[in-house]
Amino acid sequence: MRNIATIAHKELRSYFVSPIAYVVVGFFAILFGYFFVANLSVMVRFSMQAGMFGMGGQSININEFMIRPLLSNTAIVLLFFLPFLTARAYAEEKKSGTIELLLTSPLSDLEIILGKFLGVLALFALMLVVTGAHMGILFWYGEPELGPMLSGYLGLLLMGASFISVGLLVSSATRNQVVAGVITFALLLLFWVLSWMADSVGPTSQAVLSYLSILEHFDDFSKGVIDTKHVTYYVSFIALGLFLTAKAVDTERWRG
Amino acid sequence: MIEVQHVTKRYGPTVAVDDVSFRVERGQILGFLGPNGAGKTTTMRVLTGYMPPTDGRAIIAGYDVFEEPVKAKRQTGYLPESPPLYPDMTVREYLTFVARINGIAAGDRHARVDTAMRRTSVADVADRHCGKLSKGYRQRVGLAQAILHNPGVLILDEPTAGLDPKQIIETRELIKELAGDHTIILSTHILPEVSQTCERVVIINKGRVVAEDTPDNLTGRLHGSATIHLQVDTGGADPTAALLQVPGVTGVSLGEVGSDGRGVDVHSAEGADVRRDVAGAVVSQGWGLLEIRRARLSLEEIFLQLTTTEEEEEAAETGEALPEIETGDPGATAAAGPNGPPGP
Repeated sequence: MRNIATIAHKELRSYFVSPIAYVVVGFFAILFGYFFVANLSVMVRFSMQAGMFGMGGQSININEFMIRPLLSNTAIVLLFFLPFLTARAYAEEKKSGTIELLLTSPLSDLEIILGKFLGVLALFALMLVVTGAHMGILFWYGEPELGPMLSGYLGLLLMGASFISVGLLVSSATRNQVVAGVITFALLLLFWVLSWMADSVGPTSQAVLSYLSILEHFDDFSKGVIDTKHVTYYVSFIALGLFLTAKAVDTERWRG
Repeated sequence: MIEVQHVTKRYGPTVAVDDVSFRVERGQILGFLGPNGAGKTTTMRVLTGYMPPTDGRAIIAGYDVFEEPVKAKRQTGYLPESPPLYPDMTVREYLTFVARINGIAAGDRHARVDTAMRRTSVADVADRHCGKLSKGYRQRVGLAQAILHNPGVLILDEPTAGLDPKQIIETRELIKELAGDHTIILSTHILPEVSQTCERVVIINKGRVVAEDTPDNLTGRLHGSATIHLQVDTGGADPTAALLQVPGVTGVSLGEVGSDGRGVDVHSAEGADVRRDVAGAVVSQGWGLLEIRRARLSLEEIFLQLTTTEEEEEAAETGEALPEIETGDPGATAAAGPNGPPGP
């Protein structure tokens, strides 16, 4: 356990001593701020129209108009951002030769993998924390429901963790960061749009494809529903990703 | 303390290490010698648990490296060919991280890091980033990393590469000093290093052990004949005929004429000491005898002899088939025995 924490700490630290953490978190905050303002202006216009047409008595549901679209937008931004974070995880260690230090020190492969996973996850969690400020504004001026927002964040966290596990797997198979980033992004995008095919294939394949699609499972979370089906999906996705990473690291050993 | 049993490592069809066996006793320094690409690094990587062997076993301090990797690795300090430094960490941060992953208790870390930095004389760059260090410092920080957790076994892949002469001497001294309570394998292709630091030498070529002995025995044993080296001032005359008349002399080869006379190598049958008679012959001719010494085959020559003999044998033997694939060729088997390096 302590070894995992040591590796996680080292990973997280490496993001902060390089510009990576500041660039990623900073630009993520800018994008999120933009989405916030854009959504807000739409909501303001909508509520003014609603007032003019005599529906003023009903207040507008902030959860539906602000929080849910914001979290969905965030999910898409993560699709672009997280591959950049995970790309270096193994690729850089291989390139600089430090992987030799890790693999010959008294750590198990699993400890190294989990450490790296948690390190990236921590930085990702920090990105989500930044969005808390905007949510705070909504709570300050309006009265959104807390539950659906929290479940939405849980969904984001699980989805991001799944992205990270794919990223680690890809990074463990190459020593080139650009290659790792591009492949990760392509795989994630593929998983994302898997459900598009669902309509044009047979019913069985349709069920399988929509079940595999990462996006489908996120929807319920953003509506405020925590379904064990979806939690199970993400958790197994993460576990499979990390398991395959362990296999990839082992294979790499044998190949030398 | 270290035992390598019939280790073979293949990368696809290429055999990097072929049935290598040797052992190192506690407190010994073993020099692992071979040309580039001979399989030194691969053997070391197998020993440190970085990669599993295709065949055979590696045992460190009683633990099989692949059965009980964590226990074996706890006993091992490893300096890879290029020091595994994190460029964005300072030297102190880096060593502290290494201390952590080696399970050194928090209270102990500071002292251990300081000791390791002092021993490898890198304390003056403690707060510099590893990425900004010169090659010599990088190498020594790598060494500090290897000795930090005070492991029983040190595996050093070319520890003096990239150092300046003064640092090389310091590093050799440090390695000798460490040998007391550590068992050390160091690889190198610099031969004087071996004769100066190591108690035993394993010479490896094309993945096979071609000789294993003490440096002294190796240099002594490989004399097929005895040779003495002379520097004589003959005033332009050719000394060959006169020297060949000396009883026991079997051959004379002339060297360069330099500022201190002409260099001459006089060969004689093994066991016969012809120095007195040769000196007498030179003096009786009225030539100036400027220098006379028994020529010992240097490790360089032995090394070249061993590694090229092997190549020639293989070339002569096969011609068409790939020589590395079969272990059954008699020349290699004889050479791989602990006492039988091939004669010249």
